[in-house]
Amino acid sequence: MARAELMDFDQALELFEPVIGLEVHVELNTTTKMFSSAPNPANSEFHGAEPNTLVSPVCLGLPGSLPVVNGDAVRKSISLGLALGCSIAPSSRFARKNYFYPDLAKNYQISQYDEPIAFDGELEVEIEGGKTFMIPIERAHMEEDAGKLTHVGGATGRIQGAEYSLVDYNRAGVPLVEIVTRPIFGAEADAPALAKAYVATIRDIALALGISEARMERGNLRCDANVSLRPRGHEKLGTRTETKNVNSFRSIERAVRYEIQRQAAILANGGTITQETRHWHEDTGATSAGRPKSDADDYRYFPEPDLVPVVPSAELIDELRAALPEPPAARRRRLKGEWGFTDLEFQDVANSGLLNEVAETVAAGASPASARKWWTGELTRLANASERDVAELATPAQVAELAALVDAGTLTDRLARQVLEGVVAGEGSPQEIVDARGLAVVSDDGALIAAIDQALASQPDVLAKIRDGKVQAAGAVIGAVMKAMQGKADAARVRELVLERAAAVQ
Amino acid sequence: MSDELIRLSAAELGEKLAAGDVSSVEATRAHLDRIAAVDGAVHAFLHVEGERALETAADLDRRRAAGEALGPLAGVPIAIKDVLVTKGMPSTSGSRILEGWIPPYDATPVTKVREAGLIPLGKTNMDEFAMGSSTEHSAYGPTHNPWDLDRIPGGSGGGSAASVAAFEAPLALGSDTGGSIRQPAHVTGTVGVKPTYGAVSRYGSIALASSLDQIGPVTRTVLDAALLHDVIAGHDPLDSTSLPMAWPSMADAVRRADVSGLRIGVIKELDGAGFQPGVRQRFHEALELLERGGAEIVEVSAPHFEYSIAAYYLILPAEASSNLAKFDSVRFGLRVTPDGAGTVEQVMSATREAGFGPEVKRRIILGTYALSAGYYDAYYGSAQKVRTLVQRDFDAAFAKVDVLASPTAPTTAFKFGEKLADPVSMYLNDIATIPANLAGVPGISVPTGLAPEDGLPVGIQFLAPAREDARLYNVGGALEQLLVAEWGGPLLGRAPDLTAHELSATEEGAL
Amino acid sequence: MSEISAEQVAHLANLARIALTDEEIGHLTTELAQIMHAVEKVSEVATPDVPPTSHPIPMQNVYRDDVVGNTLTAEEALSGAPESDGSRFVVTAILGEEQ
Repeated sequence: MARAELMDFDQALELFEPVIGLEVHVELNTTTKMFSSAPNPANSEFHGAEPNTLVSPVCLGLPGSLPVVNGDAVRKSISLGLALGCSIAPSSRFARKNYFYPDLAKNYQISQYDEPIAFDGELEVEIEGGKTFMIPIERAHMEEDAGKLTHVGGATGRIQGAEYSLVDYNRAGVPLVEIVTRPIFGAEADAPALAKAYVATIRDIALALGISEARMERGNLRCDANVSLRPRGHEKLGTRTETKNVNSFRSIERAVRYEIQRQAAILANGGTITQETRHWHEDTGATSAGRPKSDADDYRYFPEPDLVPVVPSAELIDELRAALPEPPAARRRRLKGEWGFTDLEFQDVANSGLLNEVAETVAAGASPASARKWWTGELTRLANASERDVAELATPAQVAELAALVDAGTLTDRLARQVLEGVVAGEGSPQEIVDARGLAVVSDDGALIAAIDQALASQPDVLAKIRDGKVQAAGAVIGAVMKAMQGKADAARVRELVLERAAAVQ
Repeated sequence: MSDELIRLSAAELGEKLAAGDVSSVEATRAHLDRIAAVDGAVHAFLHVEGERALETAADLDRRRAAGEALGPLAGVPIAIKDVLVTKGMPSTSGSRILEGWIPPYDATPVTKVREAGLIPLGKTNMDEFAMGSSTEHSAYGPTHNPWDLDRIPGGSGGGSAASVAAFEAPLALGSDTGGSIRQPAHVTGTVGVKPTYGAVSRYGSIALASSLDQIGPVTRTVLDAALLHDVIAGHDPLDSTSLPMAWPSMADAVRRADVSGLRIGVIKELDGAGFQPGVRQRFHEALELLERGGAEIVEVSAPHFEYSIAAYYLILPAEASSNLAKFDSVRFGLRVTPDGAGTVEQVMSATREAGFGPEVKRRIILGTYALSAGYYDAYYGSAQKVRTLVQRDFDAAFAKVDVLASPTAPTTAFKFGEKLADPVSMYLNDIATIPANLAGVPGISVPTGLAPEDGLPVGIQFLAPAREDARLYNVGGALEQLLVAEWGGPLLGRAPDLTAHELSATEEGAL
Repeated sequence: MSEISAEQVAHLANLARIALTDEEIGHLTTELAQIMHAVEKVSEVATPDVPPTSHPIPMQNVYRDDVVGNTLTAEEALSGAPESDGSRFVVTAILGEEQ
């Protein structure tokens, strides 16, 4: 549907109530895969391995191979379930979901069907602006990821028109937790922002638990968005679509918004919505129809005979519950209060995904204000310029050290920015860079006075103005002195000394 | 010398090897010679190792000469059912779709057999993916029963049973999903054991029905079966359903065999209509012999066994339809590209059409049906409930008796083609063996003689509670001792001379 | 319950990815009906009060430590492949032209 044919968002909201449902897949960062002892590419240690080098007979579905459950993946799944406010099933089991696809080595996926490990949860999610929603979680279940297909031939590298495809099974068997919400009502115009904030909250939980790298761009975190509209005043839910291939937080918001506008336009024109899978296209900002749901979706689930039930002890669940981190929404409230930020300042940090960095920097001794300033300011600018992840550029300890040097007067802001460049370039700690590059502020008044006297001597007209009480004229001298000192001077101190010397010089 | 070597039991051969009376190379060569002489007529093997087996044997002889401590079967040759994957040896599971596939790993029972110093001779023929009771469903042609080459050797493990019956190997590995070890033993006059589910690792066994499959020994004597059982059983962390327990020695159970005071339950539902007279006659004679040996014979009822076949032929196809989905032309095995190339879906479908035989297709379609939406509860779900009822029957019976007994199969070996056209009557062959697989309990088939009406071998089946495999070796060992004493020698001593037959077959072929 | 049509068999064959010939579909339609007739007797005793059994020997909580074990090389992984490009498996186009 062309953009022009979409219904205006506000108008769509007047006519229809959007109902959304979200399915999020979280790749666990265990050392090995869900059912095989092959290395897990979702663990950063094995990221980027050559194709088909992280595989065992189990990952390839070789005849005779058998799955064995990774105990650590089960513990991480339970922790995630608990963090989502779910009940943990006293007994759950695996099932086979049967369908043929070349990236699915056994042509069945081991998943959980009628007995998920976690169910009936609730998650508090805060959207931009501070409004919060309770998201009802239906279930979270364990399953295995499929391999990766690369389509060759054809113009676009897409599946359409490809001549052949290449299969890499490194990802086959990566442990996944699929989190499914119940239908979410009442978000209204906030539905797109809520969808985004929900996935961001799951990211925060996964990171706080240390169970996933949780990088959307790497596919550690994937979201399928179900959207349906129901006409105002109606009871019955509308037909839903499921949008896949949404690979960034921003895309989630855009895709949900797009589907609301698209479906509204169709319904308002008397059309009907087809229950189907749709694909999000980042480039065009639109969804396109995929396969309609059909009887080909007869997955013939049955209990996985090669695996036995998962029956976690009450002790294990208690132990994992006791180790849970603070829930993200509560943590945000606490940090905002502790830091004394305005709404705007806090949003600035939170929306940049820098809460952890700022918190750790404060914990390392920096003031909240300076921690915020360096992360959302200069470091973010450097990250954008180099197209890198800001969290990769510096450690909270380095930023705290930098802030301490500024507070101590060793560095001016300008010098500190130079030091940061050195940190980003991997030259060492801020103090090491100060020493190596000789960037410390010149606090020796003798050196400053010599430079000031020289500047005053070479600008007698300025000196005269200062003596006449035109103090603002001192700026020219200050500038010359700062230049002479190569910026390594505290401008305020220079100003004090300039006024002193102007009065003193005969 | 060569003929003497092949007629020794594995236990006897092991003793001679240990004593230095014979080398493993000699023993292996004797069996390879025998295979060369008779396998043209029997067709028990799909692959023979030849030189490589001799190298392995030579290595074993060196280790023995160096004074290494070796197990009782070290140096003894063994045949391996083609359902087990073997590193460096083709593994086809009797199917065209895996023709030429050489796995990059060994099945756990194969690893254990190698570690115990046994010498793999090759891979034995079977019904395709172990679906059948006659080996007629092998993609590579049937195996012939050494007692009568016009008859089936049982199935699916007809190759393993025929290889030991024809003295091509003293020992073989089999797999039993509904009787594929026990029924071939019954029709070839050999011994076959299906251990408790989970006693032997399934890792590397090309799955037919995961909740029913179990690997076990195929031999000529009960002691040989016990010795091999002791080698292959034990916990395997690569199989989640492998039982984490220590097992008593089965060989000790045979050596101490004593049935005095043993309560043997005769399953009345498996002792009547549908069973050939000669099969029943030998069965009851064996029971009388045991009774004279001090056992107590009691009749027990297992009212739900009659539903076993129906449940089995829902559970097996359902699990098999999923297990066999991996044969899709992408990672291994056959690829058939239809005219005009086509999509990967068309390539998969054409490959599976060309690579699977009719029985495999029949069961995949049946299983797909039993699991499909709207039918699951009526078919697969109901079959799982019957499984519960069959287990309850076993529980009730084992509350009264120590072991259960029945004829192993309703008839002696039938002729090729006799039941091929009628799948339902073929399925009835497994009536006595299937309940054990549904319940996971162990079973053994021991030869009881020849049916008077056709002179073909018949066997008796004993079943024990789960984890009580040693009871089978006790009763089986005792019965074997009594029968051999009565016969004055092993039953297989009466089997026809295959080398003579081979000669005439060759002559006929030349005409 | 055991009424099975040729269309149903064709649909099952499609689900199971087997390109059955019309002749095979014909045979299987007859055979399947016979077999289903024989096996549907399970419903006679499968009453609601009977729990299903999926595993013959009940077990629970069988786990593996999260430690890297035997891994194949790419060469071993691809050794049985009908077609590969040296590092990945090759399959023909996934979608047809009409899609």
